[in-house]
Amino acid sequence: MLQHFKTLYHYRQLLAMIAWRDIKVKYKQSLMGFMWAILMPLIVLSAGIVVRIVLSRFSGQPFSLSQLLTVATKAAPWAFCVNGIRFATNSLVGNGNLVTKLNFPKEIFPIAAVLSNLFDFLIAACLLTLIFAFSRVGLSNDILWVPVLIVALVLLVTGLGILLSALNLFFRDVKYLVETVLTFAIFFTPVLYDAQMFGRWANLLLLNPIAPVLEGLSSCVVIHQPPAAGPILYSTAISFGIFIFSYWAFKNVEPKFAENI
Amino acid sequence: MPDIALEGISVSKKFRKGESFDSLRDLIPALVGRSWKKAIGAQLQKKEFWALKDVCFEVKRGEALGVIGHNGAGKSTLLKLLSGIMKPTQGTISVRGKLSALIEVGAGFHPDLTGRENIYLNGVILGMTRDEVARKFDEIVEFSGLQEFLDMPVKRYSSGMYARLGFAVAAHVDPDILLVDEVLSVGDWAYQSKCSEKMKELIKGGATVVFISHNLRAVASLCQKCILLEHGTVVKNGPAEEVISAYLVSSAAGSAGENSNGISIVDMVAQKSGKNECKFAAGDRIVLSIRVRSEIDCNNVAVHLYTYDSNFYNVFQTSTEFLRSTPLSFFAGEVKTFSFELSLHLGCGIYYCGAVVRSVFHGGLEQFDRKFPGLTLYIDAPGEVNGPSNLYPRLLDIASVRASEPSGARAAQDTIKEDSALCGRI
Repeated sequence: MLQHFKTLYHYRQLLAMIAWRDIKVKYKQSLMGFMWAILMPLIVLSAGIVVRIVLSRFSGQPFSLSQLLTVATKAAPWAFCVNGIRFATNSLVGNGNLVTKLNFPKEIFPIAAVLSNLFDFLIAACLLTLIFAFSRVGLSNDILWVPVLIVALVLLVTGLGILLSALNLFFRDVKYLVETVLTFAIFFTPVLYDAQMFGRWANLLLLNPIAPVLEGLSSCVVIHQPPAAGPILYSTAISFGIFIFSYWAFKNVEPKFAENI
Repeated sequence: MPDIALEGISVSKKFRKGESFDSLRDLIPALVGRSWKKAIGAQLQKKEFWALKDVCFEVKRGEALGVIGHNGAGKSTLLKLLSGIMKPTQGTISVRGKLSALIEVGAGFHPDLTGRENIYLNGVILGMTRDEVARKFDEIVEFSGLQEFLDMPVKRYSSGMYARLGFAVAAHVDPDILLVDEVLSVGDWAYQSKCSEKMKELIKGGATVVFISHNLRAVASLCQKCILLEHGTVVKNGPAEEVISAYLVSSAAGSAGENSNGISIVDMVAQKSGKNECKFAAGDRIVLSIRVRSEIDCNNVAVHLYTYDSNFYNVFQTSTEFLRSTPLSFFAGEVKTFSFELSLHLGCGIYYCGAVVRSVFHGGLEQFDRKFPGLTLYIDAPGEVNGPSNLYPRLLDIASVRASEPSGARAAQDTIKEDSALCGRI
């Protein structure tokens, strides 16, 4: 396993090139340039606003700025997850000609796909920072949790992306399944609402490994409380496990890629 | 002990033909169905085939090996195994050195990126570092000849430009071992000769090359050794010319009278002064006899004679059609011998003679039999002339004009005529 990481490190320039290529291509000849990166989080945020309005009418409590900011904070990483998994799943089949003609570690493709979406996430995060600066929510030490949580999230998305890209190569309808799950996953993840709203059932929701990370991010940045330790540990362990398993499985089936693509 | 760069020991590769399940929608019902039927084992085995079986070869460092064979013989599969894209089912392949495979020109080019960006992308994909690409950037651009088009997206390039850019990047990868699969088959004449030059340069520089091609001239000129693959096995392994001849013999339809529609070529023999020979001196007059047997009655037949040089260029053709006013005819069971008198005005080298028996109906499209190579001629010639043709050069004189005097009149006076020292042979 370590050997595989070493080989990947050896090919790091190629990884950077492919990620750069994915980013560049996304923005070339596009009407809106970098606005692309912000579009999806904005849409999620707008959806969140609608949901909050409905909830507040129903519950009788007015919605506050902090609630909106919570949705905004969770929208950007959610967009990263969805797009990262989506692009990673298609990355091997999309680069079919390179898979069949050249010899280098093929996990570069899903990893590069995730990295290019990470770039989009960073742009959205800059916008978020601007919004936060204007809304005077303030900073606290808890902000130091943010990089840790992001790393855990990236690990999870990369692991899933690697596994799904290999599956999609062998079974082409995996991408449709993935698409459907990603579309409706927003209902099963606390992005537009908070886990606490479910009261006793919150822990069920937190079984989704993405959920604790999102909750943790919003709690650090908006409410200025450190994230809940238990769920975060659970989520990080799952992310790590998924990543290791996916990488191992990928490397095992990699020799069969060229014949089966 | 010569350094061995590439070695294959009993390499075999098996592929499945027939149904493969590429979606879950097909796989799950098939799995369920399979669990009902237990006795599938033997059937499944029939759906597999060996693309390569027990292939053994060895390439020493600095050598160029050609791999030839018919379509489907397993050449590209061998290349993919060598470059590590696939793993052999049995056997081992060992590679010592940095390997670069040119399986497709412009692999990795993204149509939306400009030429400049694609050079970097492709360079890194093929194994160079970014710094290397930056260093060699100007050379690459010059080699491709696309200086003005670098900032255009590659999707707007013509296919020739695309190929030139692709090969320009690939040519500068500077690997220890280079695998080339048919990349020379695209592009115009200038491009192809540039590619051959570059490959010869790489070979001279000590790179090991494995070259797969259908272009026998290219294989003959670049490779010293060659292997012939047929249906996945190595049929012949040895010096390039021998293997290429074996390949041509096996491709010749109707050798030894098969598929000959009734008329077959028995043999071809060359005689000088009445004796059967195959070694001649340039300029010799020989008699080349072609014996043809016919099982049927036939009119309007012609016998063509042609000669190829060692690069498999056609250097000479003639036919009884051109040399006779009336077409030939055969009776059933007749054996005719056609004797052509030839003056061997050829340069030094090895030449392959072949013959075709055709009908002259409708432009002679019906072919009875073809034999190639029917005869091999070894020509020896004096060193004044190189190449397949001898044009009998004679150096008449050398005129010289000194650049010291500016006036034209004086310059004319200074013209010196030197006597020729050499005389060509007649």
